[in-house]
Amino acid sequence: MLGLRLYMAQRLSAMVMIPLTLGHIAVMIYAVQDGLSAAEILGRTKGSVVWFVFYGLFVVAVAMHASIGLRVIVHETLGLKGRALEIFMWLAGLLLLAMGLRALFAVTLP
Amino acid sequence: MIRPHRSHPLWIAYLLHRLSGLGLALFLPAHFYMLALALDQPDKLDQFLRFADNPLVKIAEFGLVFLLAVHVFGGLRLLALEFLPWSPRQKTFAASAVGAAFLVAGTFLLQAV
Repeated sequence: MLGLRLYMAQRLSAMVMIPLTLGHIAVMIYAVQDGLSAAEILGRTKGSVVWFVFYGLFVVAVAMHASIGLRVIVHETLGLKGRALEIFMWLAGLLLLAMGLRALFAVTLP
Repeated sequence: MIRPHRSHPLWIAYLLHRLSGLGLALFLPAHFYMLALALDQPDKLDQFLRFADNPLVKIAEFGLVFLLAVHVFGGLRLLALEFLPWSPRQKTFAASAVGAAFLVAGTFLLQAV
């Protein structure tokens, strides 16, 4: 139930996220030392253009990738198809995009 | 009973990729929600981060990092499979398939005419 465009979008978003994910894992391993605090996280990210671009790209790519992935699972295991499947994918993607952008703004805007 | 194809390592690789992807997709809204607390309820975020110092939460976080890492590495495997050039052996198999099909069809044609 994936046309060529969704298939390619899934691969392209995956390729974009490979360096981002490895970077995110590295940051987690670095940041978790001595525990986490809001001040520590925000001190690193607030007002930083680099983190804004890094996580902004990450949020857009993951909203695409997760909604297409969920579409495949919902189709293959629950048998959802046609219009309902389209609506499901778009709702999942837009929800992730909206929540992700809100989180992005919360931690990076000065 | 586990059906035979389901004990194949590649089936397990597929299952691991699917389950880790599903788990990550379900975790993301919670992750985004917590981060967005920094916007208007910073004290609630700190309260949550103190709760996250709990060793049991650390173990759960280990699980999340594992899901993310295993999904990335499994994804690299898929991308390599789909986009990297074929090895000489794979090309030989593909060419052999066409050659064998031509032989079978040619035998049929020789018998048919």
